Amino acid sequence: MPFPTDYKYTKEHEWIKADGKNATIGITSYAQESLGDLVFVDLPKPGAEITSGKTFGSVESVKAVSDLYAPVSGTVTEVNGELATAPEKINKDAHSAWMVKITMKDPTELNSLLSASDYEKFVAEEGGR
Amino acid sequence: MPAVEATTPAIRKTALHPVHRQMGAKMVEFNGWEMPVEYPSAGGIVAEHNAVRTGVGIFDVSHMGDIRLAGPQALAAVQHFSMNDASRLAIGQAQYSALLYPEGTFVDDVVVHRLGEEEYLLVINAGTREKDFSWVSEHTRQFNCEVENLSDEFAQIAIQGSKAVNLLQKLTDADLSAVKFYWVTRGTVCGLKNTLIARTGYTGEDGFEIYIPSDEPTSARVWNEILQAGKEFGVLPCGLGARNTLRLEAKLPLYGHEISDTINVWEAGLDRFCKMEKPDFIGRAPLEKARAEGTKRTLVGLEMTDRGIARDFYKVLDPAGREIGYVTSGSPAPFLKKNIALAYVPPEFAALDTDLKVEIRGQGVKARVVPTPFYKKPKKT
Repeated sequence: MPFPTDYKYTKEHEWIKADGKNATIGITSYAQESLGDLVFVDLPKPGAEITSGKTFGSVESVKAVSDLYAPVSGTVTEVNGELATAPEKINKDAHSAWMVKITMKDPTELNSLLSASDYEKFVAEEGGR
Repeated sequence: MPAVEATTPAIRKTALHPVHRQMGAKMVEFNGWEMPVEYPSAGGIVAEHNAVRTGVGIFDVSHMGDIRLAGPQALAAVQHFSMNDASRLAIGQAQYSALLYPEGTFVDDVVVHRLGEEEYLLVINAGTREKDFSWVSEHTRQFNCEVENLSDEFAQIAIQGSKAVNLLQKLTDADLSAVKFYWVTRGTVCGLKNTLIARTGYTGEDGFEIYIPSDEPTSARVWNEILQAGKEFGVLPCGLGARNTLRLEAKLPLYGHEISDTINVWEAGLDRFCKMEKPDFIGRAPLEKARAEGTKRTLVGLEMTDRGIARDFYKVLDPAGREIGYVTSGSPAPFLKKNIALAYVPPEFAALDTDLKVEIRGQGVKARVVPTPFYKKPKKT
């Protein structure tokens, strides 16, 4: 399962791609696969504050609800409105189907997140439980 | 060290477990059983659900329990511990019924099959197998009748959907067109002589459930032969995920949700399966009283009218935001393409088109009381 190396990851299976103070957030291909067909996405509105480690929204499959956890703190600048009517885009290509764009409060928070290779190891262990 | 250690019973597996694994099923624990929830490579829950609605799907339901009663007083025993009127059953006929506690609440729901002059088969839920068997054994003691737990003897495969009859007919010498819904027959299925074939199911569609020997090679062979024979009908293997959404669309109760040891027959709206006019049965007296007093809550169907999915045990609110009840089962409905739920609310909120709310992550999200079942199979033309 290839995870882009220019992204950082959380143990809750979000990815974040940073560009200066700005960042884009989504969920990983591993997450979408374990959830199954996604049917619903609940995201914050532009202007909302999100806090590192706290939930900022949720995704739902037919069977399950899964909270979204903010990898870092910041302010939402843009929301991917397409996902409201087409959540299956996340199943098709999780690493490009972004959910929110934010301005980070403190980009150094990125340092505590997992690299692609660490995340790959993490899901290998989790999957093999 | 505590004197009594909590023991985790070993998780149980059906004879078809290796087949599910091989097919790449996503496995989950359900009532102590490791069962397939969906088969992602076959399409996943939505595709599985729709295969049953539009064609045919097959399910491993070997986790269901089976209790056989036989003897001169088998009917009297069944009449004593179940709420429907088993005296109306002809040989080969089946009925939906329930075992009730003396309080009039549910031990479990059950399908009672009359297999012979003095022989009955009860099909019970996986999560209540042991409890049900003890209950039935205890309440049969006073009757001249044998009770046998056959749960581990059978693997059970459900073949469901309007094409189920076409599929199964390819594999059996029994004339399925002669078997009406909720009747059983016997025939050779995939070379297995005298196989019990019931025209029953839990999907809201026509379909069959077959009872075959529970050894791994036999059940795997039958499963694979059914999938092979069903190719022309677009058959899919279906997991518990689709089983749940199918039964929810059809408003079929699930133990621990719409029915339980704290819910009575009237509340659950199962009046037509409870025959108060038959001779006395366990739970009858309190039901009589409850009926006279009137129910304090009733099961309704909800459709979400705002964005949001109601889930099991979410709170139901009145328009002003006061808690008035709870969701028993809630999910997106894959065939109806709506977000639906069953919920207990006080009767004054149960009228069709009543606007209510479901609390979803702290927010009251709008929902409306709608007719049930949400889905009804089309009448044959």
